[in-house]
Amino acid sequence: MASLIAILDLKGKPLIQRSYKDDVPSSYIERFLPLVLDIEEEGQQVTPCFSSQGINYMHIRHSNLYILALSKRNSNAAEIIIFLHRLTQLMDEMMDFGFPQTTESKILQEYITQESHKLEIQARPPMAVTNAVSWRTEGIRYRKNEVFLDVVESVNLLVNSNGNVVRSEILGAVKMKCYLSGMPELRLGLNDKVMFESTGRTARGKAIEMEDVKFHQCVRLSRFENDRTISFIPPDGEFELMSYRLSTPVKPLIWVEAAVESHKGSRVEYMVKCKAQFKRRSSANNVEIYVPVPDDADSPKFRASTGSVQYAPDKSAFVWKIKQLGGGREYLMRAHFGLPSVKSEQDMEKRAPISVKFEIPYFTVSGIQVRYLKIVEKSGYQALPWVRYITQNGDDYSLRTALEKGSTPIVQQM
Amino acid sequence: MCIRAPRKGENYELSVDLNSEYRDKRKDAIKRVIASYDRRQRCCDFSLDLPTVLNTSLDVSGLFPDVLKNMQTDDLEQKKLVYLYLMNYAKTQPELVILAVNTFVKDSEDPNPLVRALAIRTMGCLRAEKIIDYLCDPLQRALRDDNPYVRKTAALCVAKLYDLKPELVIENGFLDQLRDMISDSNPMVVANTVAALTDIHISATSNQPSDSTSDPAIFVITSAILNKLLIALNECSEWGRVAVLNALARYDAQDDKESEHICERVVPQFQHVNGSVVLAAMKVIMIHIRNVRRDDLVKQLIRKMAPPLVTLLSSPPEVQWVALRNINLLLQKRSDLLSNEMRVFFCKYNDPLYVKIEKLDIMVRLASDSNVDALLSELKEYSSEVDVDFVRKSIKAIGQTAISIESAAERCVNVLLELINTRVSYVVQEAVVVMKDIFRKYPSTYEGVIPTLCANLEELDEPEAKTSLIWIIGEYADKIDNADELLGIFVDSFIEESYQVQLQTLTAVVKLFLKKPDSSQGVVQRVLNTATKDCDSPDVRDRAYIYWRLLSTDPGAAKAVVLAHRPPISIPRTTVSPALLEELLGEISSLASVYHKPAQTFVGHGRVGADSVHKGSEISDAQKALQTVVAGQQAENLLDFGDDSAQDGQPSGLAATQILPSTPAAANFLSGTSANPLDDLVSIFGGMETMGMGAGSPSAALSPTMTSMSSPFEGFGGPAPPSQPAQNAQPQEDLLGLF
Repeated sequence: MASLIAILDLKGKPLIQRSYKDDVPSSYIERFLPLVLDIEEEGQQVTPCFSSQGINYMHIRHSNLYILALSKRNSNAAEIIIFLHRLTQLMDEMMDFGFPQTTESKILQEYITQESHKLEIQARPPMAVTNAVSWRTEGIRYRKNEVFLDVVESVNLLVNSNGNVVRSEILGAVKMKCYLSGMPELRLGLNDKVMFESTGRTARGKAIEMEDVKFHQCVRLSRFENDRTISFIPPDGEFELMSYRLSTPVKPLIWVEAAVESHKGSRVEYMVKCKAQFKRRSSANNVEIYVPVPDDADSPKFRASTGSVQYAPDKSAFVWKIKQLGGGREYLMRAHFGLPSVKSEQDMEKRAPISVKFEIPYFTVSGIQVRYLKIVEKSGYQALPWVRYITQNGDDYSLRTALEKGSTPIVQQM
Repeated sequence: MCIRAPRKGENYELSVDLNSEYRDKRKDAIKRVIASYDRRQRCCDFSLDLPTVLNTSLDVSGLFPDVLKNMQTDDLEQKKLVYLYLMNYAKTQPELVILAVNTFVKDSEDPNPLVRALAIRTMGCLRAEKIIDYLCDPLQRALRDDNPYVRKTAALCVAKLYDLKPELVIENGFLDQLRDMISDSNPMVVANTVAALTDIHISATSNQPSDSTSDPAIFVITSAILNKLLIALNECSEWGRVAVLNALARYDAQDDKESEHICERVVPQFQHVNGSVVLAAMKVIMIHIRNVRRDDLVKQLIRKMAPPLVTLLSSPPEVQWVALRNINLLLQKRSDLLSNEMRVFFCKYNDPLYVKIEKLDIMVRLASDSNVDALLSELKEYSSEVDVDFVRKSIKAIGQTAISIESAAERCVNVLLELINTRVSYVVQEAVVVMKDIFRKYPSTYEGVIPTLCANLEELDEPEAKTSLIWIIGEYADKIDNADELLGIFVDSFIEESYQVQLQTLTAVVKLFLKKPDSSQGVVQRVLNTATKDCDSPDVRDRAYIYWRLLSTDPGAAKAVVLAHRPPISIPRTTVSPALLEELLGEISSLASVYHKPAQTFVGHGRVGADSVHKGSEISDAQKALQTVVAGQQAENLLDFGDDSAQDGQPSGLAATQILPSTPAAANFLSGTSANPLDDLVSIFGGMETMGMGAGSPSAALSPTMTSMSSPFEGFGGPAPPSQPAQNAQPQEDLLGLF
């Protein structure tokens, strides 16, 4: 329940606003940023929800905008905050399509003019609501019936300075592109350990244990709860069918360690080792290794046994890019930076971890496999499913391994 | 939306465009009118300088009839634009909007369901009384429309109408119609009907006079409705599910079988991709699990809650924060909920600070013998990050871990020592504060650390760190060879220090004197003199006098009072009272559960009078007070104040002192907010002093309670009441002679 939704710039000026209930005057929008500044001034944390004088301010930050919802009630905070995030996704979508700036805000306004929570209805004709399935209209026709499945796994991992994996998780997603006629019934079979166990079947090969699974609203949740069957009538086109999480320990697919030799007031040197710890027949593409350096480092010099290295002063880091990194391979690079001779008194230095980006195609780190995708439609057409697998870094693949010299000996091989 | 400065004749231009034969031109003109109108309205809302407003935006009210003409069109986009214009316009010019009524009514019978729904929705938003009267008939039709899209729009429109004119809703029997619509074949309609009924129910309850206890019974969920809701739950859209789950949370189950049934039907929703559906399902489970008697089912439900909660931590930071606040509450009720999941709460380097702080709190809650090493290594890592707030909170977390897990205390102390050796000012100060708490929990255990702490004395510039170190020195004065020197430093700068440092210095010096009287006479005289003569804080002066009299009257009693044993501190497992915790768990995912406060403390009452608002705040004050008391009791059952005795008069206060000799610490000492453990003692003796000074027979009144006191006070309560404090200078000299 939100009375008012507004999009504000970073100065707190409302760009777009919409009132859904007039129990909160729109003038409260203008009070948002001063309140935020007050809270910051008091040394408090500005949390996504706070209340002031009987008005609840719920907001998210999206690049250089605030998306704000106001309410007088004990609203459902989770619902509103998630709803605001959906709004920004909508905006991203439109920016992706590259609409000109002026029409963009109008289109956006068109969307936001709808009453809250009801976005998905407006986008399509009301006929869809008459169906039992609100996410698919009847009468869809394709000359060629095809389904594309992408299994994407993102690895989040934290390696401590002593080289131990402190935390790791795999976030997987099954994305679908569905070009099917009529009202098809689909059933997806995975090598799900729980399903094998509950049905008493023995798995051919490895079965995986998903810790948590989330489904698109088209999947029959009660059916899954009963016998782990993933059955659904898909929406037309592109959507994310399911996501899952595994917290089984993951060996770092790409291992990076760095030795730092810092000479205060003159220079700092890095030696970085990177190792692909996966099978030889796979290879990682577009590997980017971000190694943090002091904010005031200058005159960079790099030497790498493969790939290219760039200084990214805006990120206070240098980036080692390797187009293709074969499984089992190991490379070294060295970096040299100058440091200003005058240094501030503050001893504490920011110790950001090393972070890594990569993609490994035709490979899932969890070992998940699509066993089958059954497609049944009353017209009886044949449809072909195509499956692709890819593993990539998650939003937090980091290694706290930048150590002062002496703590980790790195064998020089260059 | 760019608006050019008004030019002469722009209104005319717009009017021409509005009447243009070209659709695109007309549409564009409407957009310009809306933009101009919006801008004007916004400026008026913020009561800006009116001439400025008039100069920068166009007065477009004259164009009203021209815009209205465009309402009759088969172009949906154009129609929407005109509707949008009307919605804005109705707020200021309701009497003109009445002109549009006929078109609205006509549109509500349009063959296109989209137009019918749009007309109903817009009429509901116009919020002008005159229009509202014309709304009832179309709404009546729309609620029975063939098309579910129209019905679901109409359902919400009833709630809008109730907000404006509740009597119209009741007169027209819309409520009964809504209740029937719960059985609608379309799940979206069911969801919106439930949302509308809930909304009406809430406003009806909150508008009731606060003394009335009767339930308006607008939306009572019967077991027949329950079954319909459970069926609709699996079929409707994600937001609809939230509405249905909220209604399920309000249902009073008949028996434990029914509660079990609800739980089993709701649990699959944990697999929904939308986090608000997941949290709404958690809420239903937390409410109905109270009645579940089958232990295996309870265990199973709790086990199933953990994975979806962990998954919420992969959401955007704001959603994570809402989830973390709720997880915190859930853990206060079910500490075993995530016992194996501490690592997922490890802070990511790029997490916003508000997320990191919530994670820290949860990590400490989940700390146990088996994972404490991993936790400490993380906390140590955090203590070297850049953000000062986060570093301080991480160091505090090390202290909390030490206090809650005895077997890990030594490891915690070692980490703290490493941190002190970094010599980073704020790290050292926070570590000193934390060390003090560790000493309060494990007295005389880590004395080896004291020299390191004292070596950093010069570094300290924050009052809390200073008082902590002074407290440690005072407490272990007999074990620190140069305690008199160290405290002397603070006595020298006594007048410049803050009051809390002064109070603690005073107490520490008195402790020192009681422990090592030979070497510290000078310093104790100095501090008592300064505190009574040159200090402008009444607290400091009064306390100095109390010590002074205590020391001069009976050093034995002074020793018993000042150096008495204090029980170790502990960390309460809950931050809210048990009753409030239950209330908040019943509102999982709401703002109340996020703030950890009952709704009436922050909810603005729309139409309720000032009386009930006031009443609301009174209730909350009482609740808050109760909460504090309960928290205090949980923290430590030290002073056995009954609920009432704390506020009662002197006698019961003194009676309570009977237990003081054995446990002479004050409740607020535990919370860590008070620097001095003797605050309460001081106030009690302060009371006695004033009574002693009184002209009547206060000592007679006192004597019954006095005699009942146990040993250390007997000498004090006996023959020598402080008789001369009326004259200040004299007793001081007297007292000096006594030493």
